[in-house]
Amino acid sequence: MSDATAQTPVDRARASHLGPVARFLKDTELDTRMLGMVGALLIIWALFHVLSGGLFLTPRNLWNLSVQSSSVAVMATGMVLVIVTRNIDLSVGSILGFTGMIMGVTQAELLPQYLGFGSPSIWILAAIAGLIVGVAIGALHGYVIAYLGVPAFIVTLGGLLVWRGAAWWVTSGRTVAPMDATFRLMGGGPDGAIGSTWSWIIGIIACAAIIWLLMNARTQRKRFRFPLRPLWAEAFLGTVTCGVILACVWVANSYPWPVGIVRRYYQALGQEVPEGAYIAHGIAIPVLIALAVGIVMTFVTTRTRFGRYVFAIGGNPEAAALAGINTRWVTMKIFMLMGGLASVGALISTARLNAATNAQGTLDELLVIAAAVIGGTSLSGGVGTIAGAMLGAVLMQSLATGMILLGVDTPLQNIVVGLALVIAVWLDTVYRRRIG
Amino acid sequence: MDQPSTPLVEMRNISISFGGIHAVDDASIDLHAGEVVALLGHNGAGKSTLIKILSGAYKRDAGEIFVRGEEAIINNPRDAKKYGIETIYQTLALADNVDAAANLFLGREIRTKWGTLDDVAMESETRKVMGRLNPRFQRFKEPVIKLSGGQRQSVAIARAIHFNAQILIMDEPTAALGPQETAQVGELVKQLKADGIGIFLISHDIHDVFDLSDRVCVMKNGQVVGTARTQDVTKDEVLGMIILGKCPPGATPGPGAMRAFA
Repeated sequence: MSDATAQTPVDRARASHLGPVARFLKDTELDTRMLGMVGALLIIWALFHVLSGGLFLTPRNLWNLSVQSSSVAVMATGMVLVIVTRNIDLSVGSILGFTGMIMGVTQAELLPQYLGFGSPSIWILAAIAGLIVGVAIGALHGYVIAYLGVPAFIVTLGGLLVWRGAAWWVTSGRTVAPMDATFRLMGGGPDGAIGSTWSWIIGIIACAAIIWLLMNARTQRKRFRFPLRPLWAEAFLGTVTCGVILACVWVANSYPWPVGIVRRYYQALGQEVPEGAYIAHGIAIPVLIALAVGIVMTFVTTRTRFGRYVFAIGGNPEAAALAGINTRWVTMKIFMLMGGLASVGALISTARLNAATNAQGTLDELLVIAAAVIGGTSLSGGVGTIAGAMLGAVLMQSLATGMILLGVDTPLQNIVVGLALVIAVWLDTVYRRRIG
Repeated sequence: MDQPSTPLVEMRNISISFGGIHAVDDASIDLHAGEVVALLGHNGAGKSTLIKILSGAYKRDAGEIFVRGEEAIINNPRDAKKYGIETIYQTLALADNVDAAANLFLGREIRTKWGTLDDVAMESETRKVMGRLNPRFQRFKEPVIKLSGGQRQSVAIARAIHFNAQILIMDEPTAALGPQETAQVGELVKQLKADGIGIFLISHDIHDVFDLSDRVCVMKNGQVVGTARTQDVTKDEVLGMIILGKCPPGATPGPGAMRAFA
């Protein structure tokens, strides 16, 4: 019988002959792959900043970047689970289009007839309707894939055509606008952001949560006498994470409302515009939605049985089945989740556009898959993280935004994004072969 | 041949076919507590298939399974585990991308009072059970694909014995192991047997299992050639059963025994 506590000195002994960088990485237990991605993102940002003559790293551009990334980032979190189980979902863009159309028609044409125009419950009913339709579509896809055994590629390729056609069919191709006033807040814009005070409050709560999580993990490991991270590493992680969170809040709070909107705001209050009036945007609501989805999905993948099963199935489907996991039901649930997340994406992009169109979300499936894959999700299954996929979405959006700032022609933009995807996956393959 | 107690497991007249091929044809086999039964036969003789019916991986076409004299309903691996039937598969059946603790508790996770995974508790249990099986094992945080063959084997064994197995199925337990690790598995079998666990050892190589087993059961072309107490037969006679389907005098012939010699 060996005692678990006897292992600590062995680990230490092994660590002693590592170099300073390796020891740093080992002590902080940081994911080198994720660090590499953050590094790549920072390099791309710096490059665009220099090339555009200082236009990229401005609060305004970063704020817009965050809003524009939200929809794809939300869907990418679901795509991670789909790809981890060796499936693919080509239909998310079309599901987004269809559920967006459902939400648009519900709030602009159906509900006002019964509840009256501008009724406060309209936006929530419309959102729920879209969500239900999204989950139902996912359930249908998942059922055909898991229980009828049709490959996911084919089912969702069919879905891509079916739901795009359905989105067209709902209104015979007509664009539905405008959206409900409350609903529109979820798309961002000066009204769709929470202002500086609330942004700081959320930032501070997030910091407190991070510190609590670190301390809780340490107590747990102490309770079972597992090897602990050195204290300086814990402090370093806590400080850096909180610093990043507060820096993001600061950036969001450094982007003021345009003068015209400030004037209108004070006019509505019946006041004079004060001298040097400055109203900050703060964090945009769609970004908050995306962050909330990211946190929930990270929790689901790492802390629940469902998440554990998703990864086990991805690693070895046969072993998962022999261990008594109902692999079909898990697969179906993954697609239901993906459908639901596509409708959350629809919520954000419909609100942002202030309209539901039948072309909405066209080609989004490719952006979502690219974000997940750039974010480290392996197409051979079993590997992927939610945070990585969301970072991948930001990276894709950074490329697009940066090239627009530089005035790059659209065809060239697509060429660059396509190349970036292939190069990113190639680099990842090299990395995995060396380290993995 | 008569044993006084009720068998721990009895599989009666089991048949299964895949697309017209009778993989297992009217096979019957039993196992008592604290007994090791070796199931022998060529590749494709039907031994793995027969045992996968017991472990719930395949659904039989015909036949009955009794556990402690009562008919057992086994439709999937979860059902089998409810009866205390644990299996170590030839392929080990590990999820390669997750760590030892996740594999050990796969499908039977320890959860906190909020229903979330209790990873520290699972890691703690894993450290205990692995400390017993393989004291030098240290790599608790790494995906099992990075472990050596022997380490992976100990994870698979740990998973099978950790949940109070009554009936243990080991499919080619030593096929991927070196001599030292093979000896360890032998020791483990003796220890588990002393604890009163019934063990099925499946192998195509008689030398691996002959000395460990109390009885041998030989299969050929999906049928049972015969069953014998190990002390009543020689290795050569068992080889004759495996290769020719020839049942020696010390064995009880089954439906697959060659008629002329039966």
